Amino acid sequence: MSRLNRYHTEVIRENRMVRYVYLVNIFFLALTGFGQMPIYKRYYMSDIPGFGWLANFFTTRYVHYLGAVLLLTLIFYLLFDYFALQRKRIKVTSSGYLRGALLAGIVLTGILFVIKNFPIFIFSPEFIIALNLCHLGLVMAFLLVSLFCLIFRKKWTSAR
Amino acid sequence: MEEEISRRSFLKGGLATAAGLATAGIPGAEALADVEKEKQLATLLDIRKCIGCGACVDACSEANVDKYPNPQKPFPKMYPSRAKISDWSDKREVSERLTPYNWLFIQHATVDINGVETEITIPRRCMHCVNPPCVKLCPWGAAKQLTNGISRIDPDICLGGSKCNKVCPWDIPQRQTGVGLYLDILPNFAGNGVMFKCDRCYERVAAGELPACIDACPEDVQTIGPRDEIIQKAKTLAEEINGYIYGAAENGGTNTIYVSPVAFEDLNKAIQKGTGKPHLDRVADTMADANNLVAAMILAPVAGLAAAAGKLYHYTKKNG
Repeated sequence: MSRLNRYHTEVIRENRMVRYVYLVNIFFLALTGFGQMPIYKRYYMSDIPGFGWLANFFTTRYVHYLGAVLLLTLIFYLLFDYFALQRKRIKVTSSGYLRGALLAGIVLTGILFVIKNFPIFIFSPEFIIALNLCHLGLVMAFLLVSLFCLIFRKKWTSAR
Repeated sequence: MEEEISRRSFLKGGLATAAGLATAGIPGAEALADVEKEKQLATLLDIRKCIGCGACVDACSEANVDKYPNPQKPFPKMYPSRAKISDWSDKREVSERLTPYNWLFIQHATVDINGVETEITIPRRCMHCVNPPCVKLCPWGAAKQLTNGISRIDPDICLGGSKCNKVCPWDIPQRQTGVGLYLDILPNFAGNGVMFKCDRCYERVAAGELPACIDACPEDVQTIGPRDEIIQKAKTLAEEINGYIYGAAENGGTNTIYVSPVAFEDLNKAIQKGTGKPHLDRVADTMADANNLVAAMILAPVAGLAAAAGKLYHYTKKNG
């Protein structure tokens, strides 16, 4: 194993806890995000013990916002970590760039959602419909790409 | 009749010169003619004046009859069986509660005023919240808020999931199965019709006319105008009669302000409540909890950067 490969393995090991937190957070973000549609009660998901809260739209929204706070923290942590410490030794893979771009789109549309939910009038109804479809479409694409990467063991980064 | 003619001539023509002549006793007409399109319009309901005649209910039905659903039957079978059909098409005449075919009804309360048993009647419909959860939390954008404060549901987009009803503090939107976009997608598995509620006659208002319920009221119970002015009027009126206000602060503020000589806590106890019959309870701002997290969202990048900077500091220290 080359020195850079060893370094890459070391970086992944170092950020292992961040990775677990990220994965759990993505799970809850997706769960509560889909919970914005009235599907969990209809499809008995909220009948599962411990998941009753999924039927409450205000709770799922609150948890989704909490997840967004954590996601933003993780993204900025990893960005700084990459640019300040790791960039010379590791590089972002093409699947990493794709996931990063999708995630950026999700975050951007999410921020617009947060703004929209205040009592202000910036966005037209047509724009809000487009925003809904974009956020959902980006999430679906992100989850599919992530699943693909999980199955075929594609990493976000590789050794330079 | 003379007042009726002058009212219509003013509203339809939108002539400012007619305002002084025609608006005496015509609630809010001048406000509609002059108001900026970006300003939220609110209605003030002086419930002392309501005699429960039902003219507003009839006018609402007449004005909105073309918007009422005409469902296709038989309805598609829905899976799982928990998804229930909601059919009011054979009960269109029901007027004692909110339904997809009745967007305004009169609520009755018998209360004690200075030792006299008094019957109070209260027109009830959508409150048109300043920050309406039905609009803001609709997953498809089918519920819309107009710049003039009207919230309405687009029947061409709504899938009838009823989320708007669940997040509405007053359970206002009502569902009719067998109509709408869901029929063209997956009628057996997703959606369940279209949600209906008062749209405060948005086309009439856009044309400078009064909403039908206000126009038809023989007692001028309702006044419409810019929200800040209506709130001020409500406060003045409440002070004058030593009365109470409902709707100004509820759910973070609504555009339907009731003024009553009786405390709303008492009215709330006296009215019949239930499905399609909204309460008069105090309502906290349902959108506030999550919105308050925005400060944490703004700080989140800083927290991320700080954590990474800490790591960089330890790394630099460790490696000289």
